[in-house]
Amino acid sequence: MEIMTTLNTFFGGALIGLSAITLFLFTGRIAGISGIMAGFKQCLLNKTAWRPAFLLGLVAGAFLYTLANPAFIYSQDDNTPLGLLISGGFLVGLGSRLGNGCTSGHGICGIANFSPRSIIATLTFMSCGLLTVFLIKHLFPEL
Amino acid sequence: MKQSFIALLCGTLFGFGLAFSGMIHPENVIAFLDITGQWDPGLALVMAGALVVAIPGFYFIRQRHQPLMASDFCLSAKTNIDAPLVAGAALFGIGWGMSGYCPGPAIAGLGTGNLDAIFVILSIYTGFMSQPLFFKKINSGR
Repeated sequence: MEIMTTLNTFFGGALIGLSAITLFLFTGRIAGISGIMAGFKQCLLNKTAWRPAFLLGLVAGAFLYTLANPAFIYSQDDNTPLGLLISGGFLVGLGSRLGNGCTSGHGICGIANFSPRSIIATLTFMSCGLLTVFLIKHLFPEL
Repeated sequence: MKQSFIALLCGTLFGFGLAFSGMIHPENVIAFLDITGQWDPGLALVMAGALVVAIPGFYFIRQRHQPLMASDFCLSAKTNIDAPLVAGAALFGIGWGMSGYCPGPAIAGLGTGNLDAIFVILSIYTGFMSQPLFFKKINSGR
């Protein structure tokens, strides 16, 4: 990995951390994307729009970066088969609801708060992710 | 209204950070999870960068009695390690390894012209809605 890429990666992570603590400081909310995505019912009940506003921001932030770096526009040539995307996405949705969080809520906010639940969740999804990629690469080497 | 404006700004920063770090692209996530291949430590660096800011940040903010624009901090009251937590995280990890997507990059990916992300987002919502069918309803948290 080149030094520039390494710095970018680390700095990008720091921006994500800054986003999470800023949201928490002002609104008291945890920047957990799965919870924000799933929370539309609360938006309608409490008439609050912060969740859709955050999601809109996610798209806008990535778009701003792409505007500055047109090479970053996603190319679909080397893509994962649709079946894996759909079944994987389904498990991501189901699992994040059942386990009350995802990479952002548990992996960043929860760990930063030293929550034992989040530490266990993160270790679990990391190891299951590693094992899944290992199995897929070995069972279907042509993918 | 003010909360939504802050949320929009924070979401923008988050999406920009995901793009800046490269983790918005699923192949970089798969490259991190593929330890037997050409291992790419990228995702670990993203987490390290985020935690370097978030650990002291959360620590100092939690010394306050309340957030600036709300009456309470919304932190999960749950503390016990139970079966739904571990089973949910395991299913999440399997899906993450299969697709290379977690919820943040799926949404933010729309901003980079990633059309695959549309299928992933629809599948994630199907997963959300199926949760009560597979398991008895559990309180929503983060």
